[in-house]
Amino acid sequence: MKFDIEYKTLESVAGPLLVVGKVGNAKYNEIVRIKLHNGEERLGQVLDTSDTKAIVQVFGPTDGINIDNTSVSFLGETFMVGVSEEMLGRVFDGQGRPRDGSGEIAYREKRDINGEPINPVSRVYPSDFIETGISAIDGLDTLVRGQKLPIFSSSGLPHNQLMAQITRQANVKNSSEEFAVVFAGIGVTYDDYSYFINEFKKTGALKRAVAFINLADDPSIERIITPRLALTTAEYLAYEKGMHVLVILTDMTNYAEALRELSSAREEVPGRRGYPGYMYTDLASLYERAGIVKGKKGSITQLDIVTMPSDDVTHPIPDLTGYITEGQIFLSRDLVNKGIYPAVQPLGSLSRLMNNGIGAGKTREDHKGVSDQLYGSYAKAQDAKNLSAIVGVEALSESDKRYLKFGDEFEKRFLGQGLYERRSIEETLELGWELLSMLPAEELTRIKKEYIEKYYKKETLHKAK
Amino acid sequence: MGNIERISGPLVVAKGMLGTRMYDVVKVGEEGLIGEIIQLRNERAVIQVYEDTTGLQPGEEVKSTNLPLSVELGPGILGNIYDGIQRPLEVLREKSGTFIGKGINADAIDRKKKWKFVADNSVKEGSSVRQGQILGHVQETEYIKHYIMVPIGINGKISGLKDGTYTVGDVIARVEEKGKKTEIRLSQRRSVRKPAPFSRKFRAAVPLITGQRVIDMLFPVAKGGTAAAPGPFGSGKTVIQHQLAKWSDADIIVYVGCGERGNEMTEVLDEFPSLKDPKTGRPLIERTILIANTSNMPVAAREASVYTGITIAEYFRDMGYSVAILADSTSRWAEAMRELSARLEEMPGEEGYPAYLPKRLAEYYERSGTVESLAGKTGSVTIVGAVSPPGGDLSEPVSQGTLRVVKTFWALDAALASSRHFPSINWLTSYSLYHNDLEEWYIKNFGEQFVENRKELMRILQKEAELKDIVQLVGAEALPSEERVTLEVGRMIREDFLRQSAFDEVDAYTSMKKQEFMVSSILLFGRLAHDAVSAGAGADRIASMKVREQIARMKEIKEKEMEEASKKLKHEIESEFSSLLKEYRQEGKELLSENGR
Repeated sequence: MKFDIEYKTLESVAGPLLVVGKVGNAKYNEIVRIKLHNGEERLGQVLDTSDTKAIVQVFGPTDGINIDNTSVSFLGETFMVGVSEEMLGRVFDGQGRPRDGSGEIAYREKRDINGEPINPVSRVYPSDFIETGISAIDGLDTLVRGQKLPIFSSSGLPHNQLMAQITRQANVKNSSEEFAVVFAGIGVTYDDYSYFINEFKKTGALKRAVAFINLADDPSIERIITPRLALTTAEYLAYEKGMHVLVILTDMTNYAEALRELSSAREEVPGRRGYPGYMYTDLASLYERAGIVKGKKGSITQLDIVTMPSDDVTHPIPDLTGYITEGQIFLSRDLVNKGIYPAVQPLGSLSRLMNNGIGAGKTREDHKGVSDQLYGSYAKAQDAKNLSAIVGVEALSESDKRYLKFGDEFEKRFLGQGLYERRSIEETLELGWELLSMLPAEELTRIKKEYIEKYYKKETLHKAK
Repeated sequence: MGNIERISGPLVVAKGMLGTRMYDVVKVGEEGLIGEIIQLRNERAVIQVYEDTTGLQPGEEVKSTNLPLSVELGPGILGNIYDGIQRPLEVLREKSGTFIGKGINADAIDRKKKWKFVADNSVKEGSSVRQGQILGHVQETEYIKHYIMVPIGINGKISGLKDGTYTVGDVIARVEEKGKKTEIRLSQRRSVRKPAPFSRKFRAAVPLITGQRVIDMLFPVAKGGTAAAPGPFGSGKTVIQHQLAKWSDADIIVYVGCGERGNEMTEVLDEFPSLKDPKTGRPLIERTILIANTSNMPVAAREASVYTGITIAEYFRDMGYSVAILADSTSRWAEAMRELSARLEEMPGEEGYPAYLPKRLAEYYERSGTVESLAGKTGSVTIVGAVSPPGGDLSEPVSQGTLRVVKTFWALDAALASSRHFPSINWLTSYSLYHNDLEEWYIKNFGEQFVENRKELMRILQKEAELKDIVQLVGAEALPSEERVTLEVGRMIREDFLRQSAFDEVDAYTSMKKQEFMVSSILLFGRLAHDAVSAGAGADRIASMKVREQIARMKEIKEKEMEEASKKLKHEIESEFSSLLKEYRQEGKELLSENGR
């Protein structure tokens, strides 16, 4: 421990970075305490260390720091956070200090917020179906326990409502156990923050929730640690206390922008659109902390909100996210404009872990076929729609007209549902069959014949005719 | 010997390092983190560290092992899962639990297990042996004879070689050259960054059969060849790689999960022990070696993982096996290079990648090939690389650098993927440059017709695409029946043949025989449909034929029942068309007689 030594050898301050001279033995990534001339204290972390100086990143603002009167002490350990079950029901700020006025917490233990990579052989492949009660997700892009699944959204789309609805309704089939929720607000507006907290309060979710809030006007560098606090807490609850934890990180776009800010302050060679070249690795160090591990009872399921700048899915933030996460739920402005909530556009959405979580014994035997067929038929309906925009509905073939109608009904009835409407998986699949039965049975080639015989509704086709 | 001067992420600068060599492995700090020297400047060495450097401080010691980064090769290697620098993940788990700790050393291969070694009769006591020569073998699995070869760079007179039961560390013989004795063990080490030598390379002549219809039929890769699959996220790169790992007819599979998801490796580990190799009927895991350096594991080891994989692949190639190495994803490897290059403050090339990126990519893919090994055996290494271009845009440096060197290109298409058409290999933009090299093999095994059918498939798909452009403008109704039938047949090829489910037990793998049957059924339908149109049948009438559904369900036919089903289907296609033709001939006759009246 080097508690006693206070360095007053500050050489420069630029953006969130300090250069401390004459240090010589700072540990890489260790935490430093910065004491201002007026006695105020801030925390920082060593980013680069050599036998002559250390570069320190300050968590928080750098205003008021001066060269000749600021002292820096090196704490010898990495950024640690206290964890405890008592944290449930509490709200913390972006650095993990209570902000709800309910007093300090008696922490059980302290943990490094960076965690350690899970050994791939320790993982258990996720396979427990989570029923969110939302047809577009359960039916087409099923979420399973231990998955990381972001919502790709844009400004003005109902991602917060959808996230709140999932949190409210999510449960694992044949299990009465409720999810504990760890919520990280990263650069969120006060409005969004209070929306979530109120939703949690209203539904009683708050008492099994831990919230870390970094508001839009809080220091952006703090955003680097907020999600890590949340994940470290989640790991404790999941792997030590055996809870099934739902981690919500919103908004990852703010996180990535903070990362860029830090990178430019460090004068690094920028990658695409100014984001650092290591952003993939950095994002992975958050997303990969979801999962289930052998020999532990709990699990970590991660839902993240990523708002795509100018609705662009090829922007580096959603792009790199999509390469790491196990699928994505894609919200569409078109559907919102049609008045369809939750506006999940299946054609951009995907759940990579779906196949292991569905089928006989988990959801229902026909689930995979129904899902594939709805996808195929809806894609065909989109083609028919594009065609009709050019040649007019009248010039379409009978078959195309049928698909056009199917597409409309599918959007209205399957993709659309109420903010407080909860559909069981059986209801979702039945609805799927009702819609598919608008199409001739022999065109449903993505479904096994036996299931068509069992579930296809002959009456509907006649009605449609 | 040296001391740390500076730490920045995975890079450490140490001074007092005179006497060390480039690319030698060093142990860094008190915890003995593994690193590799990547730059020397006077007495300073720049080291890339393969583990998390958190907590290191200037002044700590750096020791050189005086050995290049290498892998251990010997019996017991099959069925293992390693990290990027060949530490066995199972052993790491025993030592440090759920999470990967730091500074842990573990032997790559089990040191205690005993193997029954059978010496090769042709190697006589005191005779001269050369590098790469086979000295004997160990039966590692039921199907894999693990040949023990003289290590690279060792030549001389052999003594003491005999049958026996040994562990990998036991000395099985000695080789003496100019008074210098080298001990030969069951296992040997090979440096990863240097390609292993061989006698000569051959041109590709045999396809890697994958059981994936779009690949085998339209865009094959040769054994010893190279292929790349670039595509945006969600386009099914990983599923294709998994499918190849499961079903392709290579003897040995090396699967490198480079900077990808942890759960994907878990999936392989869960599935492979219970899946059977279609060729031998043995569990797939027995022919597989996994290298997993997931996206949250240290970035420098990600850079090394690809080399670790290819070195293992070459080792089995030298024994005369056909090896396929699947790397998912090479973009993460390139990004690891970029990250390290940026930390070295090298002048960046395109998009921040180092200027040597294209060279590194080319060097990697050049380690593929069918060769005659130093032991005189013919073996091959087939390299398949997934590429993850940002935003799916292929103009970026990794895709471009890869496409310049690979000969098969599977273009993964986001639009196909989003409508759940998998594998999402676009049939218009993908290509294989192996068709000519492989033609002889196809003709020998499946006859001239096979090659003709392939050309016919491509011709119809090409034509269909052209017609679809017109349909987009005027609607399908405006086309003549003849062309609408082509559209229909094109649709059947896409939907009923090219689309293949990796998750359906029957559909996941299709034998070449069944592929041939599926193609000829569709083409037969197409020919008869065109005849029917000439006889006066309308396109709607053909589209509503009953036999179409049976064609659509060909993929559900089990391999065992295929022979019989194919005859039946052919018969049904012919009979439905002949009754259709009869109908129209009848009408035609009536029309004629009306006209005559």
